[in-house]
Amino acid sequence: MKPPKSDSCLVIPETLKDHPAVRLVEDSTLSAKFDRGEVTFEIAADAIVDVCRRLKHEGGYIRLSDLTAVDRYPEEPRFEVIYHLHSLEHNQRLRLRSRISGAKPAIASVTEVWRSANWYEREVFDLFGIVFHNHPELERIMLPADWEGHPLRKDYPVSGTRV
Amino acid sequence: MASSFTLTEPEIAEPQTSTSTRRMTLNMGPQHPSTHGVLRLELELEGEVIRSAKPDIGYLHTGIEKEFEAKTYQQAVTLTDRIDYLAPLSNNLCYSLAVEKLLGLEIPPMAQWTRVMLVELTRLNSHLVWLGTHALDIGAMSMFLYCMREREDILRIFEMYSGQRMMTSYIRIGGLALAPPRGWHHRIKSFIDGFPSKVDEYEDLLTNNRIWIGRTKGVGFISVEDMLDLGVTGPMLRAAGVNWDARKQAPYSSYEKFDFTVPTRTENDVYARYLVRIEEMRQSAKIVKQALEGMPEGAFQADAPGVMLPEREKMKTQMESLIYHFKIVTEGFRVPEGEVYQVIESPRGELGYYVVSDGTAKPYRVHIHGPSFGNLQSIPTLAKGSMISDVIASMGSMDFVLGDTDR
Repeated sequence: MKPPKSDSCLVIPETLKDHPAVRLVEDSTLSAKFDRGEVTFEIAADAIVDVCRRLKHEGGYIRLSDLTAVDRYPEEPRFEVIYHLHSLEHNQRLRLRSRISGAKPAIASVTEVWRSANWYEREVFDLFGIVFHNHPELERIMLPADWEGHPLRKDYPVSGTRV
Repeated sequence: MASSFTLTEPEIAEPQTSTSTRRMTLNMGPQHPSTHGVLRLELELEGEVIRSAKPDIGYLHTGIEKEFEAKTYQQAVTLTDRIDYLAPLSNNLCYSLAVEKLLGLEIPPMAQWTRVMLVELTRLNSHLVWLGTHALDIGAMSMFLYCMREREDILRIFEMYSGQRMMTSYIRIGGLALAPPRGWHHRIKSFIDGFPSKVDEYEDLLTNNRIWIGRTKGVGFISVEDMLDLGVTGPMLRAAGVNWDARKQAPYSSYEKFDFTVPTRTENDVYARYLVRIEEMRQSAKIVKQALEGMPEGAFQADAPGVMLPEREKMKTQMESLIYHFKIVTEGFRVPEGEVYQVIESPRGELGYYVVSDGTAKPYRVHIHGPSFGNLQSIPTLAKGSMISDVIASMGSMDFVLGDTDR
């Protein structure tokens, strides 16, 4: 999967036109995808909290099922932050994706929208080194506080000893 | 003397109030027996009452998600066993379903039904260990012995088909590892026929037991809104009246063909969670029985040359089979580009696998959303304001596995 070119504009596929979430995310969506029965919206990184809040309060996505990241090293923008939303009422799942740069990676925290994001974001911070602004306690969660590096980055070796 | 009666100065008043409100920080764990793994809780106490609880996790972090990226898709199945030692087959299934969705594989009915049977036996296995240890924590020693008795039967069933008791890796991408051995179904049948009466035995010991009720009823309340906001799923959520079960709402592996109910309660306490899990055991036994009775005939693996290993006999006569065998063993199979988030209902709640493929034979990224991770996050909310002895009961009712939390 290649990151979209900078001139790519908003294209919402025909299959998604009636999706209830489209109306809520339309103005911040960079692209959308319907693949293998799963809906993905790519959201501009600076709009992520607004979009999430709207989806939660107006779209019924009351659960943040999962939050993680993917490292596309050496491509740029390097990191993708992935949000999996879940609406119990409509029995629907939704994936949001925000791309952020590899130099000082940072994005706004969604802990004020869903409290469950607290640990999920700490995990991403710990293992990818992505900073979440406005997070209440951004500390390492899996690794010791004095650990060097972020293991899930692609430039971090799978095995080997440090010299 | 009169002055001493009128003395209301802080010199005397202060020490009294400060002893009654003095807070104490207590480290519970990381080796506390009730944590069933390695979890540290930082409790701030005011007498016996908990004012704040802060879980410290990560002691069992093994970097399993990183390891996925260095294995081929089929090799990585063995890693999924090691995430949750009480539900290895559920993890096998969830990962396999995700990769099969990427590959677009059609799984034969016989393999699907066997998978359902296996994950339901896993649910029984997990709930039995939960019940035994939960009761043990609260002080009912004998429950542990009863539960381990039946768990042993289940592990023997697992051992019979795979040679392994726990890390079986029996569910593989594309179907099952092997055809079930002869006599295996009969063995499951004799176990599952006797199982409901065993559940009656557990209930005789606990359901109307006054000590059990005293320790669990009204304990461990947390509001539904808090649970949904904090990422709690599974029996905990169902004991609060939220009827959400992926087996019903988003059926996978032909669960829609089975007749079972999803038990819910509304009391939202430790006792309700106990009742929900007891009923789930009965329902699981029902599903296993249906799977046995209606087990379809046919292949145990998908018909997908290039993905599944060819039959041994064909390799001796057909050149293509030999080539496929060599290619699959040496370099694995390629998976089309894409991403999938597969959710199943594990014994502990919503288990999710996010698999990203870049078109090569190794996963680009695998993220595991363990149900225990979300459930454990509710401890600070759950424990706040409760008595310290109730924390043991509340934590037990969550049924978390630390391997699943830390991964």
